[in-house]
Amino acid sequence: MTLERRNFLKLLGAGAGVATAGLAGCATQQPKTASAPTRKVVVIGGGYGGTIAAKYVRMMDPSIEVTLIERNDHFVSCPFSNLYLGGLLKDLSPLTIKYDKLAANHGIKVVQAEVTGIDAAGHSVTTSKGVFKYDRLVVSPGIEFRTDEIKGYDMASTPEVMPHAWKAGPQTILLRKQLEALKPGDNVVISIPLAPFRCPPGPYERASMIAMYLKQHKPGSKVIILDANPDIVSKKGLFMKGWKKHYDGLVDYRPAKKVTEVDTRNMTVLIEGVEEVRGAVINLIPPQKAGHIAHVAGLVGDDKKWCPVNPMTFESTLHKDIHVIGDSSIAGAMPKSGYSANSEAKVCASSIVALMNGKEITEMSGINTCYSYLSAKEAVSVTGVYRVNKEKNVIEAVPGSVGVSPDLSEVEAIYAESWLKNILTEMST
Amino acid sequence: MTMKWRGWALTTGVLAISAMAQAAPPTAAMLSNACAGCHGTNGGSAGPSMPSLAGQSKESIVDAMTKFKSGARPASVMGRLAKGYSDAEIAAMGEFFSKQKIHVTNQSLDPAKVSRGASLQEANCSRCHIDDGKEGKDDTPVMASQWLTYLQMQMADYLTGHRKMPEKMKEKVDPMSKEDLDALLHFYASVK
Ligand SMILES: Cc1cc2nc3c(=O)[nH]c(=O)nc-3n(C[C@H](O)[C@H](O)[C@H](O)COP(=O)(O)OP(=O)(O)OC[C@H]3O[C@@H](n4cnc5c(N)ncnc54)[C@H](O)[C@@H]3O)c2cc1C
Ligand code: HEC
Ligand code: HEC
Repeated sequence: MTLERRNFLKLLGAGAGVATAGLAGCATQQPKTASAPTRKVVVIGGGYGGTIAAKYVRMMDPSIEVTLIERNDHFVSCPFSNLYLGGLLKDLSPLTIKYDKLAANHGIKVVQAEVTGIDAAGHSVTTSKGVFKYDRLVVSPGIEFRTDEIKGYDMASTPEVMPHAWKAGPQTILLRKQLEALKPGDNVVISIPLAPFRCPPGPYERASMIAMYLKQHKPGSKVIILDANPDIVSKKGLFMKGWKKHYDGLVDYRPAKKVTEVDTRNMTVLIEGVEEVRGAVINLIPPQKAGHIAHVAGLVGDDKKWCPVNPMTFESTLHKDIHVIGDSSIAGAMPKSGYSANSEAKVCASSIVALMNGKEITEMSGINTCYSYLSAKEAVSVTGVYRVNKEKNVIEAVPGSVGVSPDLSEVEAIYAESWLKNILTEMST
Repeated sequence: MTMKWRGWALTTGVLAISAMAQAAPPTAAMLSNACAGCHGTNGGSAGPSMPSLAGQSKESIVDAMTKFKSGARPASVMGRLAKGYSDAEIAAMGEFFSKQKIHVTNQSLDPAKVSRGASLQEANCSRCHIDDGKEGKDDTPVMASQWLTYLQMQMADYLTGHRKMPEKMKEKVDPMSKEDLDALLHFYASVK
């Protein structure tokens, strides 16, 4: 393949080495003269992916100007928000980061604004605070919900009654308040959408944390899991073991139960339009798609859900000079997780810096790890190391690197706490 | 000329493939940056149970990764992750982290234990944990400024036999009291 490519380039009249430089060079907006304007990277989204992309571009080439645009003045981590729901954290402050240190340490311009449009041809983004030009753009807006697939779901009012808590912050606090107010003996329903969704083990970790809370504080109550998927999506054996060990009879797992309709007045959900299930608390996690801005900007593929990218650079296959990372992107075998977003951001930053400097890009190498808590003291993990399969042009796991913990583990719970500390410190300093 | 080719490549979709074919193998930074989500930026850990890799010796990292990979050293996640890398890649990451400035941790340590440890280390540990733990003989890890919690977890693994101690280290460690061992770990954690 490589040889063919090289020969082909030779036919075009360039030596292989020159062709490499020339090809990479023409893909950039690199100034040809010293008086040319500063090269600009704009990053949309100050979450798990965006903060890291902004930081690593600056670490790898401080001559590139980086602007990070985020709608909020702070970010609340979804990872560990289930522990708050279970009562293991008093508030969300350990999960909350600000941007001031990140901005100061790395010379990143942080702008608090809503991005409303992307002009791919004109290389600019429109925001509530004006227009920003870019040479390369990184889009890491997380997820949006496909609420149109649930009858009776109103985007504004339904989550106020049946919280998703799948974006951490006020929604998480609302769900916690509902759990605290639950009458002992009443049930909690968790509705899980069809995969792929953000954080495959997340809903099952949530069920564990809520069951833990019910066991301690709400005698007679249980968690009913309505899973649209045919089976537990991630770490199945470990979750089943944990539920049996700690919450026997408290977790009622029902596979292949896709919620298609909601009734907030009667606090019921309807499965496939027929089977009605009632809950005193209903944590309805709707099916998901790429962040809204990715749809507005035409970055979403034929599936109308997620953004196709070049697996080596995370550059959109639909619009050049725009890279999509994190939950919004289609990253092959890499799951939609915070760790993946962090890892993808670094791959993306490295490609951007190489491309903007007319250098050869480096093959991607990424990692994912997700910790899940099953009780106050035990956690489990799933890991994987990822590379591009060049024949198939897709990100795959390196054989042997993918696996889950052999058992529930107190040591892993201790490591998980430091994982959170480290990844949030990476994002905020 | 180049522009024309790019236009053609874009319309035919060849660009994505060509970018791939021309990618260089992962650099040490590409490989190592992926570890930082757990071990901290450039290997400087902010979490007390997660070891810093910044300033660790290459030999020690290679030794640890090789043992994780083969299963000779017990691990929670590292056994699985190490299987994702070739020996050459492990060496490259060892080199990368060894070149980073040692991560100075701010941990609150009991000064009495620190000074007790300081008085014990010379006679018992310094043969391998050289220069107050700032260096290590051969593949002995650097321990200076490492997180106390991590060192305690490792020592607990050694004492239960979960992790295998080097014979000569075992000769020194076995006769010592738990209090003295803890004092030694306090000392190494305190070294800046
Ligand atoms: C309950 C739960 C538990 C989880 N646990 C884990 C875990 O243990 N480990 C793990 O690795 N992952 C976990 N995840 C997954 C993780 O949260 C996501 O995968 C990760 O946040 C994805 O990063 P991202 O950058 O794509 O999006 P986000 O982190 O969501 O960041 C997107 C940011 O973009 C901003 N934004 C979006 N649109 C705009 C716009 N138009 N203008 C301005 N700003 C905008 C948003 O405000 C947000 O700050 C969990 C998720 C959930 C829900
Ligand atoms: C999911 C978090 C995680 C990731 C990702 C991770 N590590 Fe680790 N690392 C750990 C933990 C936890 C330990 C302690 C051993 C164990 O339980 O696995 C450790 C231990 C180590 C040690 C031993 C340190 C010592 O002094 O004893 C080395 C070396 C190491 N890791 C290297 C790496 C490298 C290189 C990478 C990237 C390829 C990496 N780690 C990625 C969590 C992680
Ligand atoms: C003969 C050499 C030698 C002596 C003496 C020695 N050590 Fe070690 N030590 C090592 C080596 C080699 C390793 C890494 C071996 C392995 O893979 O487990 C190590 C590892 C450790 C570790 C784990 C560090 C990490 O990052 O994983 C601790 C803690 C430790 N030693 C403490 C001590 C203490 C305390 C003493 C003195 C009482 C001591 N050692 C004496 C050689 C020695």
